[in-house]
Amino acid sequence: MADLWYAIVAGMLTVFVLLDGYDFGAGILHRWVARTEPERRRVLDAIGPFWDGNEVWLLAAGGALFLAFPRVLAAGLSGFYFAIFLVIWCLIGRGLAIEFRSHVADPLWRSFWDTVLVATSLLLALFFGVAIANVVRGVPLSADGWFSLVLFTDFSARPPVGILDWYTVLVGVFAVAALMVHGGTFLAMRTDGDLRDRARWIARWKLVALTIAWPFVTWATAAVRPEFFAAFGSRPLAGVFVALAAAGVALGYFGLWKGRDGVAFAGSTGFIAGLLGATAACAWPALLHGVPHEAASLTTANAAVPDATLRGALAWYVPGLLLAIGYVVLLARLHRGRVRGGDYGGHA
Amino acid sequence: MPTEALFWHRLQFAFTITFHYLFPVLTMGLALFIVILKAVALRTKDTRWDDAARFWIRIFGINFAVGVVTGIPMEFQFGTNWARLSRFAGPVIGQTLALEGLFAFFLESSFLALLVWGERRMSRLAHFGCSLALFVGSWLSAYFIVCTNAFLQHPVGWAMGPGEALRLVDPAAFLLNPWAVLQFLHNQAASVATASFVVAAVGAWYLLRREHEEVARRFTGLAVVLGLVSSLAIAFPTGDQQAKAVAKHQPAALAAMEGRFESGPQAGITLIGQPNVAERRLDNPITVPGMLSFLAFGTFHSDVAGLGAFPEEDWPDNIELLYYSFHVMAGLGTLMIALMGLATLALFARRLFRTRWLLWALALAFPFPYIAVTAGWMTAELGRQPWVVYGLMRTADGSSHLVHGGTALFTLLGFMGIDFVVGLAFLWLVGREVAAGPGPPAHGTHAREAARG
Repeated sequence: MADLWYAIVAGMLTVFVLLDGYDFGAGILHRWVARTEPERRRVLDAIGPFWDGNEVWLLAAGGALFLAFPRVLAAGLSGFYFAIFLVIWCLIGRGLAIEFRSHVADPLWRSFWDTVLVATSLLLALFFGVAIANVVRGVPLSADGWFSLVLFTDFSARPPVGILDWYTVLVGVFAVAALMVHGGTFLAMRTDGDLRDRARWIARWKLVALTIAWPFVTWATAAVRPEFFAAFGSRPLAGVFVALAAAGVALGYFGLWKGRDGVAFAGSTGFIAGLLGATAACAWPALLHGVPHEAASLTTANAAVPDATLRGALAWYVPGLLLAIGYVVLLARLHRGRVRGGDYGGHA
Repeated sequence: MPTEALFWHRLQFAFTITFHYLFPVLTMGLALFIVILKAVALRTKDTRWDDAARFWIRIFGINFAVGVVTGIPMEFQFGTNWARLSRFAGPVIGQTLALEGLFAFFLESSFLALLVWGERRMSRLAHFGCSLALFVGSWLSAYFIVCTNAFLQHPVGWAMGPGEALRLVDPAAFLLNPWAVLQFLHNQAASVATASFVVAAVGAWYLLRREHEEVARRFTGLAVVLGLVSSLAIAFPTGDQQAKAVAKHQPAALAAMEGRFESGPQAGITLIGQPNVAERRLDNPITVPGMLSFLAFGTFHSDVAGLGAFPEEDWPDNIELLYYSFHVMAGLGTLMIALMGLATLALFARRLFRTRWLLWALALAFPFPYIAVTAGWMTAELGRQPWVVYGLMRTADGSSHLVHGGTALFTLLGFMGIDFVVGLAFLWLVGREVAAGPGPPAHGTHAREAARG
């Protein structure tokens, strides 16, 4: 039962990265692909109706983690204290940027919030990459299941570790590039004209960079935590996810060069979903890997609430999740096609 | 752990949640107003009701956005600052927090943009449906949060273990905690009252200035009537029942709220007076004899325990603040009933819109419910002390023991800076909307943008 909830939490986090990821990506590219005010409005129109709902997947995934693995939530959030507040403050700034920008027609006001949007989107993408890398590398859990991490130590990725080191920053940059591809394919799909061309162009060369960096990041992971891939052979799911990521890259190339925007977006979606899925499959059963004390790891076996509670919660969680997916589909259907501007973010 | 760190953890949570709640307390009540305005517009086909709805939806949108961004830290802070509480009570309260995310947040976030920006894209009925979705979503959200708080106030449905943690044994009892039901009704009545006072204040302002009178009369009339009904409901039955629950389950809190140190029958209710904790008495009190006994237990002779009946380590740790919060809440609540009662009388006598002093009073009274609501929540939270989970875990044992006081102070200062800027931007944006008024009936805001140049 705890393993099923591990899958639910991991799945919801993946959906969060896929959905909010495209609007993070669009946010990073915002000032770059959209040069004029009408173009900027179209970028905001493209993400306007979605971003808030997308971000809810993070809160909902946090809720699922709290429900099933409160020890992990307690140890993780207090252990990463500073980093969490940086994330919170960026989320606040980003939400304000999107919501406040369009209320006032003044060019300086809009330019200011556009820059806030770019900066916070970039930082958040970086932080989320760093966060995943911290979970993969491990944190200094004590025997009673707590830890406290400083922002950085000597950047060596060896104990004593900090939140930032060469490995976590590398993964953070990789995440930024991946979300730029994802945001680029999304904007290419939802816009037209120069805007679409620029989005495609950026997505193309970022995808090339990503393809070159992927083996390198994989090597880095093996170097930082050699046993991470040890169980790879015995976990068919991990193999399936890697295949999905590889297929995503292929689709991305095909879509971006053949002008099939929907296919390209499906490609970046597959790539990110595959990588996160493979990571979750390799990390299982640990939610927080202990380093240097592996025995202190918080796992599905020692961090979950009793099975009876988990089973009871499933009865309402599954319908709720279906409802949430229903909203996503409904919104996507209402706003399908390319934006022409003036629908959402463009209001004064 | 050093007490200094505990203090900053408490202050940070208190500060961030107090600031955050200023926004949802309005939007929940305003969502009800918007549903009513749109329903009347649908029935009467009178476009001035549509204008009123559109105007309040714009104010709602700004409030909601700030409510969302200031609300993000709340869920995180359970883990960051109250990690030991989360580990201990998470197997129970994780349920309601997860429920809120799944059933309330998705609903609200999916329909917010459609409500605020989507009027031109859909039929009148569909747009009304969006307002209904926001109303249901925001009230559901409130129930789950109040239910979480109710568990901390009055834990039910739990058992101990495994490990040093609680577990949930009776989900139905937990979700239908009588404390939660009472607190929810009390809280929602206060939210409707807040919206009523804000809507009435803006309406009275327009009427005083003789602007947008046709639209303003409509929403002001509605606000005054809803304001009286909700202000009455705050006191009776919801506040009264809530006080009885406190008397029964948190007797030390009741004693501290009333500044009562001695136990005994025929307890009087304190209208005014200063608690003197050092000397253990209430200085310069004016009391109504027997009233506290009657309100708490139903007869004038009932025994009401004073603080002296409890070991000092179980006393709320800030009796003065608790006492004054409670009295500010109750005093303002009474004033709110009186003002809305007068305004309703004037409305039905068809004199409200001409009685300038009453319009002035309405225009200036909108901070009352905000202050009363804040004081009310302070009463609830200070009254629960020294427990974070009443009777089960002390507040001192619930914070994140590995986070230093200085670190918590640093993030608190960060929030103060951010919230200051957010507050300024918010006031400015809402001020602009109020100054622009319930715009021309032209759909959407392009026309307004053009009109403003």
